[in-house]
Amino acid sequence: MSKRSYALLSVLVLASLVLAACGAAGPAASTYECTDALGCVTIGPSEPIHIAYWGVLSGPDSSLGEDSKRGVEIAIDDKGGKLLNHDILLTTEDAGCTPEGGATAATKLATDTSLVGLIGSSCSDETVGGIAALTNAGLTTISPSNTRPNLSDPNRGPDYAGYLRTAHSDAFQGKAVAEFAYNSLGARKAATLHDGSSYAEALQQVFADSFTALGGEIVAQEAVAKDATDMKPVLTTIAAAQPDFLYYPVFVAVGGYVTAQVRDVAGLENVALAGSDGIFTADLLKGAGPNVEGMYLSSPDFSAFTGDYAGFITKHETKYGGSTLSTFHAHAYDAANILFAALEKAAVVQEDGTIYVPRTALRDAIYATKDFKGITGTLSCSASGDCGAPVIAVYQVVDADPASWNPADTANPNPKKIYP
Amino acid sequence: MRTSLSERLLDLAVSGFLWGFRILIVAVILIGTIATIRTGKYTGEQWTDFVIFGISQGSIYALIALGYTMVYGILRMINFAHGDIFMTGAFAAYFLATWMTGTGFIDNNPVLGLVIPVLFAMAVSAGIAMLVERIAYRPVRNAPRLVPLISAIGASFFLEYAFRGFFGPGKYAYPPIKALEGSWTILGTSVLKIQVIVTIAAFIMMAILYSIVMYTKVGKAMRAVSENKDTAALMGIDVNRIIVSTFALGAAMAGAAGVLFSLVYRQVDFFMGFTPGIKAFTAAVLGGIGNIPGAMVGGLVLGIFESVGPSLFLEGIGITRPYQLKDAIAFTMLVMILLFRPSGILGERITTKKA
Amino acid sequence: MQKENFLWWSAVKAGLLGGVIAIFICLIGMAEVFSKRDVIEKVITLGQFVLLATIVGMGFIASRRTSGILGQNRPLHNLSSGLIAGLVTGLMLALFVLIGLQVNLRAVFLNATTPLYNILTFGKGAGNIWLLPVIGAVGGLSGAAFLLLPDVYRRPLTRGLIFVIFMAFFSGLFRVVMINQGPGMSAAAKSLFGQTGLTMGGALLFFFGIVALSMLWNYMGKGIQTRISGLPKRGQISLRVMAAILILYITLMLPSVSGAFISQVIVTVALFILMGLGLNITLGFAGLLDLGFVAFYAIGAYTVGLLTSYGPFGLQHVSFWVAVPIAVLVAMMSGAVLGLPVLGVRGDYLAIATLGFGEIVRLLAGSDFLAPYFGGPQGIIGIQKPCLGILGPFVRVDVPRVCNGIELGTPQTIYFVAIASALLIAFVAWRLRESRLGRAWMAIREDEDVAEALGVNLIQTKLLAYMLGAAFAGLGGAIFATLIGSIFATSMQLLVSINVVALIVVGGMGSIPGVIVGAIALIGLPELLREVSEFRFLIYGVTLIAMMLAKPEGLWPSQATKRELHHADAENVTAETLV
Repeated sequence: MSKRSYALLSVLVLASLVLAACGAAGPAASTYECTDALGCVTIGPSEPIHIAYWGVLSGPDSSLGEDSKRGVEIAIDDKGGKLLNHDILLTTEDAGCTPEGGATAATKLATDTSLVGLIGSSCSDETVGGIAALTNAGLTTISPSNTRPNLSDPNRGPDYAGYLRTAHSDAFQGKAVAEFAYNSLGARKAATLHDGSSYAEALQQVFADSFTALGGEIVAQEAVAKDATDMKPVLTTIAAAQPDFLYYPVFVAVGGYVTAQVRDVAGLENVALAGSDGIFTADLLKGAGPNVEGMYLSSPDFSAFTGDYAGFITKHETKYGGSTLSTFHAHAYDAANILFAALEKAAVVQEDGTIYVPRTALRDAIYATKDFKGITGTLSCSASGDCGAPVIAVYQVVDADPASWNPADTANPNPKKIYP
Repeated sequence: MRTSLSERLLDLAVSGFLWGFRILIVAVILIGTIATIRTGKYTGEQWTDFVIFGISQGSIYALIALGYTMVYGILRMINFAHGDIFMTGAFAAYFLATWMTGTGFIDNNPVLGLVIPVLFAMAVSAGIAMLVERIAYRPVRNAPRLVPLISAIGASFFLEYAFRGFFGPGKYAYPPIKALEGSWTILGTSVLKIQVIVTIAAFIMMAILYSIVMYTKVGKAMRAVSENKDTAALMGIDVNRIIVSTFALGAAMAGAAGVLFSLVYRQVDFFMGFTPGIKAFTAAVLGGIGNIPGAMVGGLVLGIFESVGPSLFLEGIGITRPYQLKDAIAFTMLVMILLFRPSGILGERITTKKA
Repeated sequence: MQKENFLWWSAVKAGLLGGVIAIFICLIGMAEVFSKRDVIEKVITLGQFVLLATIVGMGFIASRRTSGILGQNRPLHNLSSGLIAGLVTGLMLALFVLIGLQVNLRAVFLNATTPLYNILTFGKGAGNIWLLPVIGAVGGLSGAAFLLLPDVYRRPLTRGLIFVIFMAFFSGLFRVVMINQGPGMSAAAKSLFGQTGLTMGGALLFFFGIVALSMLWNYMGKGIQTRISGLPKRGQISLRVMAAILILYITLMLPSVSGAFISQVIVTVALFILMGLGLNITLGFAGLLDLGFVAFYAIGAYTVGLLTSYGPFGLQHVSFWVAVPIAVLVAMMSGAVLGLPVLGVRGDYLAIATLGFGEIVRLLAGSDFLAPYFGGPQGIIGIQKPCLGILGPFVRVDVPRVCNGIELGTPQTIYFVAIASALLIAFVAWRLRESRLGRAWMAIREDEDVAEALGVNLIQTKLLAYMLGAAFAGLGGAIFATLIGSIFATSMQLLVSINVVALIVVGGMGSIPGVIVGAIALIGLPELLREVSEFRFLIYGVTLIAMMLAKPEGLWPSQATKRELHHADAENVTAETLV
């Protein structure tokens, strides 16, 4: 090889040695020794405390993710934008309501060593895809809106060590609706319809099992594709089974179409209609038209919120100029505050303002949350990550005008709580 | 050349497989149908309902399919963005109709309340289609087949997400026309007023389109250009202008379909054109691409099969929750037609070279 | 005099176009969202930059048109046309703000809000409107002036600017990766990259650095090139060997240096390369337009899932290394099964028929009817990661099996599996192309009848095209299932097939390096640029159209395609005449 090539080669070798050396160098000397098994996050005196929100921020279900994100933003505002004398920096990551979206978002977040904690995800699918990456990176996330039952199951596996949620599990919701249908409405023959999403399918099955256990009969269990528009054929099939109660715990797309078309199908003119938190939004009224009046919707019980929910709503109106988009904003607010409280407990603050956050200590502090006075109730986190106060209520839509949507209004709520 | 034994065996195996496939599908249909009818789960009235739902859905598919078939006839290209043109018409009509409802105009003049948004939607859709043609299709008209296809895909994404940017990801409720709510009783069965109106409107527009293409000078020019562009140019036809007119006409039909769709299903959102676009293209192929009556027939057949199919055959052979597979029926039907009658139900009007 | 009027008009037209683009950017919300991201922290936001770029760009285009009309550069005319164009754009924006402040545009356009107007007027409302035409004029002028610069200065400046923008977009990524390297790099990172964009220092460094390098290359580049080609053969070979060693080294070190996220992105790109190579055979070589390619990906993924999962749906419990060949075989056979019915179907019908197949596979996999086998909407979870060693026995449902060896569980480790597969398949594809079978495919693509007359067995050849394409896609699906650890039928969408078609066309059909470039451009970049994810598909669409207008043969075309397209181009209306 010529001299020039040798020179080039030696430069390359030198460069890579430098790179490797940089990687191998340990942390800067400091007065604080981080002994945490998962490592510590170092926040310099002028640096912000970095938390992230991950969820569905694009696509047709983005109102769900956007709604929770706003809850977090209001929580930050209420803290004056500062915690432990440092600014709070909120970044977001879109997970697209799909498992691979969740996996990518989680992997990206896992690489960011400046992150102390996360709020998210929105859709249960996202968590299934991404939680392993987050847990293994030592991060902890609190979800405001995942409702799939097995995510906070005691046997959920080590991948979920970094996962908690302030939302309820659908195991409660399905049961509540079944009890409402059987006991309150006296329905004995029920039919369900789902839209192919794992949320809807799981929830309608919980309902079906509970309803059967109470003594009722499930006469039809149908499903459509998420992008279906013509519901009349499937509704005709359901009509042939003559149900008293039709439960479709789907998302807005299918929910709107079903509600709009159900009364036009012979045999279903008088059947009771019910949905769940997936369609607990003004968007349903927009898409469903006048038929939605009288429909039942299950959701977390806003009136059972023990905290200052009205105050939250006022802040929301001022900041965003409208009513809330979906159901889990208050849960997100509580999740953020639980995170802040745990941070205050677990962080080690130096005199010069540097903060060290040991990751295991933070995680343990979050799990140790007991009798936390949140908006959604007095919250305590279980060892398997359940921080929610699952009180499910059934509401009834009293006015089909989307502009009148205001479940939190004490005088004229629409929809109105009717059970329990 | 003498074909070797292995080649002949292969041929035999392939034909055998194809025949087996055809027989399987036909068997599924027959067995399913017989089983379903035997259980007697549905009344005659419910079957009629299924067919009517299918017809009204199918006529909307047919309107959109017309645009696909016309553009394919002239340019031999699949206009992927056509479904999104349908969406733009729906949005345009939505805003106009909401304003008109607000001023009470619609309630007082139901007929005009239907016609004016349709015309407006047609104009907007045609305009947008002409823009898309000018920017994304004309420059690549003579490129190999895949290049305009990718350009069309790009245009489709662009339209969808531009509208999402303008109007947000949520759904908008199309204001209903009060006079058209409720149902009529025709021949003993109760049919929704809006479905009848939509079907009739679709047929009227198809008839108008057909007469334009068959009996006017522009239509003749369109047919000439689709036969052979160069010869038509030699005959003194301004090929560019005709192509633009074709796009505009097809888009107008799609825009009108958008309004009709919104009237029946009531929701407008930026992604609403995606699936109807694919279904409509399937319908166009089903009926025979390039063939205008074929698009109509294809649309209706597709709509009816989609509506009746799950309960008629799938339930019978024991498939649970058959409506999830509704689209699968549509596509299987397509493959069947391609196997039994490759040029579509009514056959193609144009000849294409192989490959 | 007529020419003068024409010049005025052409400049005004450019300005109008610029105005439309700028207003469009505002109305789709890009101006607002991008304002949250900086190019240079505290100096200029991305939103402002985009609008400014529109103005300057229009000035440049107007100036170029003028030169075109006049046949040469006439500084006064060029500058004034740029000025006019920029002025018109600015005026249109000002008009937009004025109207917006009076009329409630928000009833129709969601983004026509007060915050938007504030962004446009720097927070002071109607009082500051005069700023917009002024900025427009100045911007247009600079754009026009840019054209007048001699090439020697223009190229380095352009490159410097592009580099700065590039770094600004990826600043977040670079920052995180460098901080993870240690204190030295960390400090460097923080001085170059701020939290939301570049620091002033970083921007200046990058800009002047590239300008300097670019000018240096201008002077010395030719010299270095001649000297390299003047080297004796052995010297050239040893240079190439060193380059190869360098690339190999970087490839091996990349996962540990850059972290999990970038590794994951690279794995995703590698898998799309696998699928692209597969479709390259079916479509690129054999000319069969298959829009249902995702079906084979799904079949590969589900096979691996069902065979290796420790969840409730695992049929058998074999290791990854056994499951993957089986998945590839199953995918291959399904390629034959799905290819058979459509053997006689032509071009565009084939597209819709195969699209249908893709959808049918997705619907069946996610259906409740087949849920006991395929998991239905709940999908298949708990897919065992590959193990370099002995895999412990299956214990019970939902408990992962223990790996006595190295478990390839993280993106950084699966990276190696993915890269190795991609290289292997690229090699196989290359050999196939040079083989007799490859030539038979190309014959079919050109003209089926002639090919048949020449003795090519259509059925066999087409089937092989489908089967091999499906095999590659199945491999991709298999690895992807392991990466994510779970499979859901909702991921097997038509969009994936469209992405694969787009990436091989944009990269260069029939060309193997083209597939790699296409995957990086269409899959890698959007994943890395997640900050602008809201407009991802919009930009994707514009890019596809722009690519087809400007470079339809692809980014790295095979020689044949280049010849084909440029011959056709001679009769074409090109993009130039549009603007």
